[in-house]
Amino acid sequence: MGERVSAVVDAGRAGAGAARRRPLALAAALAVLALCLLAGLMIGAAGVPVRGIVLELLDRLPLVSANSGLAPVERGLLFQLRLPRVVMAAVVGGLLAVAGAGYQGVFRNPLADPYLLGAAAGAGLTTTLMIVLVQVDGLVPIAAFAGAIGGVLLAYALGNTAGRAGGTATLVLAGVAVSSFLSAVQTFVQQLRVEQLQRIYSWILGGIDGDWSKVWLIAPYAVVSAVVLLAHGRLLDVLSVGDDEATSLGVNAVRVRFVVLCAASLATASAVAVSGLIGFVGIVVPHVVRRLAGVSYRVVLPLSLVAGASFMVLADLVARTVLAPAELPIGVVTAFIGAPFFVGLLRATRAVDT
Amino acid sequence: MSTPGGGVNLVEVRDLSVELDGRPVLSEIGLSAGGGEWLAVIGPNGAGKSTLLKAMMGLVEARGEVLVDGVAVRGLKPRQRARLMAYAPQSPVLPASLTVFEYALLGRTPYISYLGRDTRDDREITGSVLERLDLSALAARPLGRLSGGERQRVVLARALVQRAPVLLLDEPTTALDLGHQQQVLELVDRLRLADGLTVVTAIHDLSLAGQYADAMLLIAGGRLVASGPVKEVLTEPLLARHFGARVRVEGGADGRPLVNLIRPGD
Repeated sequence: MGERVSAVVDAGRAGAGAARRRPLALAAALAVLALCLLAGLMIGAAGVPVRGIVLELLDRLPLVSANSGLAPVERGLLFQLRLPRVVMAAVVGGLLAVAGAGYQGVFRNPLADPYLLGAAAGAGLTTTLMIVLVQVDGLVPIAAFAGAIGGVLLAYALGNTAGRAGGTATLVLAGVAVSSFLSAVQTFVQQLRVEQLQRIYSWILGGIDGDWSKVWLIAPYAVVSAVVLLAHGRLLDVLSVGDDEATSLGVNAVRVRFVVLCAASLATASAVAVSGLIGFVGIVVPHVVRRLAGVSYRVVLPLSLVAGASFMVLADLVARTVLAPAELPIGVVTAFIGAPFFVGLLRATRAVDT
Repeated sequence: MSTPGGGVNLVEVRDLSVELDGRPVLSEIGLSAGGGEWLAVIGPNGAGKSTLLKAMMGLVEARGEVLVDGVAVRGLKPRQRARLMAYAPQSPVLPASLTVFEYALLGRTPYISYLGRDTRDDREITGSVLERLDLSALAARPLGRLSGGERQRVVLARALVQRAPVLLLDEPTTALDLGHQQQVLELVDRLRLADGLTVVTAIHDLSLAGQYADAMLLIAGGRLVASGPVKEVLTEPLLARHFGARVRVEGGADGRPLVNLIRPGD
């Protein structure tokens, strides 16, 4: 791992242009993701042989037929439990990381995260209301999704009425205000029904479960938001030189920011709907990518998507195996593994500063 | 004389007025410059020099007309306008980790469609501008590791990559030492003479302005108070009245006026 990291860093220093190493970095990240996915499918309470997994997956492809030699029980485990769970982890991790990168581009600040504008607080409130009042578990994802979108819309509306249209500072302040307010309401509701505390907290701490229906529920939003975000890499690079210059270069900064914010918020809401509030990924994965592959959003966005997916698959693997049969909350794992790794990376790449 | 736009690169401003929060900042400014001419906008601090350039570029709301080769720029889409005028602000934002090449390539933005990507042509144009400005060796260097003079050259490179016939430069020599000031201004001078670029600079150093510009525009309190050839604007009475400065204006060896401050008792 250490060798690979320093090799990438060296390549980055020596390379004449980011464009040349872009396909290479993406290919490397995709290879890592494939390994993570395989590990996620193999490892668990019952091991499944890697050869069987590969052949079984190939067999599912059209025009390919392969005999995996897996027992029916193993096959059921693979397709009904492991695969949906691994896919879900990859989708959630990718969405949170690419949304974080999008927010950072919009706010020109590497410390912005996908929950900056009230998505987390909004989702927290609506989910708490759902758990406390309606008590239908199946509706939690929809409530969380609506709450996350609602929180961001409220912050955006307030930010734009209070400040110069499209200015980012007022928007962040509005996000802070909206988040605090919604969190206060959420805490109040939660204190009214202390007996539901456990369920509320387990949602807030976040978790991935293997359920195809949830995967399909967010798939359309995930695809649309990821495609829109990836398409705006070049324009976010233009925004990085400031509004005046972006405008003088013929780019409508306010409109680009709005579109990227919408897409990033949609991505965040999709992830929050099925996995609760998982922190750390949205802020740290893009940062790691920047350290290794440069600051151009044309690199940062796609690499964040892929690296976020790998990271979450690994985190989920740890969450479900370390204390098996008990599961750790995944938010705990992301920070527990992620923070030391991040500090190590910061030290290793000290010279390159953002 | 080869001109990027194919026209005479004439920029005209008519009755340009700007209000900020209901307070007039610029009132009915008019100017005209073309065909490789260098126009220096001078005036005391707060006179509205930067605002004039921003208003021309469409960065602040304004009334009045801005024409490039007869085309009303303010009615154009931003992308089309950016092909006619390039602008470098007084303190440009230079993201520390962006490389020189990536930054200069941003100048191609007006030629790339909303969701498009840069082509080989865009990269070649960028590369040739970097070469022309002796920046090729720095192409892969992050902006954060450049010296002040290099930084200013890189900003200029980005503006040139834009291939606009009119260059608006806001204080291109601020924060540079004497040698680098000269270097940057010489460079602008060479480029505009070679390419016929029309250059409009806001500049507060009157001697520098006098050395390089062909014509001058003196604004004070948002109003145009004098304009014309350098010799007619850089005069002791005008500078005394509008800058509140006691100066002696002398003809240099090449006939260009030099502005010197007078110490009390001299």
